[in-house]
Amino acid sequence: MTEAREEVDLWISGTEEPDWVLSSTDEGAQEIQQEESEFRLREQLGSVVTDDYVFDDEISDDERMIVNMGPQHPSTHGVLRLQIELEGEIVRRTKPVIGYLHTGMEKTGEDLTFMQGPTNVTRMDYLAPFHNELAYSLAVERLLGIEVPPRAQTIRVLLTELNRISSHLVALATNGMDIGALSIMTYGFRDREQILAFYERTTGLRMNHNFIRPGGTAADLPPGWRADVKAIVDNIRARVVDYDDMLRDNPIWNGRTRGVGVITAEECLAYSITGPTLRSTGVEWDLRKAFPYSGIEQFSFEVPIGSQGDVYDRYRVRIEEMLQSARIVEQAAEAMPKGDYRSDDRKVTPPPRMRLDESMEALIHHFKIFTEGFRVPPGETYEAVEGPRGELGCYIVSTGEGNPYRVHVRAPSFYNLQGLPIMMADSLVADTIATIASLDPVMGDVDR
Amino acid sequence: MTDQMDVPELADEETRLLPADQTLRALLEGFPDARWSLSAGQDVVHLPSERLREFAETARAGGFELLSDVTAVDWTSRRPRFDVVVSLLSMRHRLRLRLIVGADAEVQSLVPVWPGANYAEREVYDMFGIVFVDHPDLTRILMPDDWEGFPLRKDFAVGSVPVQFKASHRVT
Amino acid sequence: MSVRRTHPTNILTTTIDKAARWAQSRSMFPATFGLACCAIEMMATGAAHYDLARFGMEVFRASPRQADLMIVAGRVSQKMAPVLRQVYDQMPDPKWVISMGACASTGGMFNNYALVQGVDQVVPVDIYVPGCPPGPQSLLHGILTLHNNIMAGTA
Repeated sequence: MTEAREEVDLWISGTEEPDWVLSSTDEGAQEIQQEESEFRLREQLGSVVTDDYVFDDEISDDERMIVNMGPQHPSTHGVLRLQIELEGEIVRRTKPVIGYLHTGMEKTGEDLTFMQGPTNVTRMDYLAPFHNELAYSLAVERLLGIEVPPRAQTIRVLLTELNRISSHLVALATNGMDIGALSIMTYGFRDREQILAFYERTTGLRMNHNFIRPGGTAADLPPGWRADVKAIVDNIRARVVDYDDMLRDNPIWNGRTRGVGVITAEECLAYSITGPTLRSTGVEWDLRKAFPYSGIEQFSFEVPIGSQGDVYDRYRVRIEEMLQSARIVEQAAEAMPKGDYRSDDRKVTPPPRMRLDESMEALIHHFKIFTEGFRVPPGETYEAVEGPRGELGCYIVSTGEGNPYRVHVRAPSFYNLQGLPIMMADSLVADTIATIASLDPVMGDVDR
Repeated sequence: MTDQMDVPELADEETRLLPADQTLRALLEGFPDARWSLSAGQDVVHLPSERLREFAETARAGGFELLSDVTAVDWTSRRPRFDVVVSLLSMRHRLRLRLIVGADAEVQSLVPVWPGANYAEREVYDMFGIVFVDHPDLTRILMPDDWEGFPLRKDFAVGSVPVQFKASHRVT
Repeated sequence: MSVRRTHPTNILTTTIDKAARWAQSRSMFPATFGLACCAIEMMATGAAHYDLARFGMEVFRASPRQADLMIVAGRVSQKMAPVLRQVYDQMPDPKWVISMGACASTGGMFNNYALVQGVDQVVPVDIYVPGCPPGPQSLLHGILTLHNNIMAGTA
């Protein structure tokens, strides 16, 4: 008798909804009620947007439906929740709801020393960890007023450009998989494995490396790195061209990406959208060319731009950027200068371990740097690098302690996401996934 | 807690410090109460908070097409308590400019000038509790809607949990 | 999660029991619950190099109703915790949970207000996989341990 009851209990378990869940998943729905937010949305979008974005005046109650997508959904772009107002199959308005991955990294950053800082920021945009670390390190170095030796700068360029390739491979893989080209997912991750193996040999980890630190890098490149880098560059050059050949003239790919998710240059500038999305609209803006950092101006490369601002152009921009990054990596490997991989300012850089046995001063410096952290003079600064998604900046305020007083990261995906309602307006539901995938948001970056 | 930088004080008859760059000079002309300085080699302008929107509109017309970032800093015992930091970018002049505005509770919203300030201002509201006047939708963006408190304020604890070893439990 | 729960134990059910456990462990459908960096490593585990398909698990089901394994890959924030619980509740029995990564297991390096310090505060967990992020080999070890536990009847 008791067994039968247990059996029945098992069958019905999991279908009841706890009360407290309803209140939290309804949040945001209030804001999209037509009477209030229509006016707000129009005001919000009316100031700088061009005339071709027309807001529909007739809103008939029985035709529009609000559908919730996420935060757990098949599109592999993380915990993004969208509230989509549909009129039949056409998307009218969208409200992204974020915060499902908020980790309080900026608060944690205030408790970590400047040397530990990169471990924190590297997990924000987790597909481009080197770029996060680089922005943070550049900001700290500017406050410290120290120069990083040329070898360290070139190592940084090598790693960040490889990171751009690996990030764009994921973007391409997930973009393809979301649209239905399932094999590109396997191909993208296969080539990424080669790059991740190189990272593991160099930094010790496949992801979230904490390798680019204020003062230089954590260690030198491993022996045999030239052969590895050459193998990667050759592989990327051959394979990326193959993927492009596979997709570029494919009628299904063209049908699903051309004219989909269109955004104009004025809208991008109004909404602070940078990166491949901005470049796909025809604006040639790349921080590597405009405000060069870490010695990247000595390498020659081109900045690919699109024209239509649709999903297809963003895909093409990313493919070309991968090939240009391969160029930079090749040049960096060839031009790698000899020297130190980190600044020799003893107040910032820990001494080499073997000196700890010999010199009292080295021991003291080592102790102070690793326990208290090195002190950074008071000041505030903002440094930005060109991440795979756009302008990735770090704003640091220091009050002379070993910890920063305030760390803020300007996350490119956070601002890029504001373009999503514009791209999705008046398009079909089926284009939603393609649009999100082409925007390539990384929710760790958005929510921090 | 030291103040973050030495902002040059304005004497009455003295001419104030001006940047070398022409675009910035032209921008500062209409704002005698704005103080320019260099912070770690970068251009910073301190403004009274009532003139923020006006300065932003002038900047936008003067070539600063892109709003890079809006954030805030909590200086606990200072009055005004917060600094709202706005980073601007001029693509055609290749310039960056940082505006720092002191705020206690309210500040003008930049959404009418750059709609891209929307999410950033919501985040500052969510994390610091600074209200942006004329923002179309000032609600919490990162924390749950019913969250109490403003996490990035200095009087909000980090909330760390003491690490303990939990007894292992069987899972059915 | 064996057949023993639903039918009285006797000599006739031992072979059916073993067969059921074999089927459950060799053909698990994970639910897509990738949250943060660990999700990328989970995708890498499913990709060609480390290949979850050889263990019968390459089909990541988007709908929790069709899944029986939830790999919580990433940090769970306060806002996400109710969603996590709801997705877990929607999965039909028998179901298992792997907590992948340091953030899911204990809150990781983020011991602060924003994260749930360990996903086992929200759902019952079978296997904890440490790492930040755990490489595909670690995740595979965790998955295979789960398979072995199911075969042994302890999971």
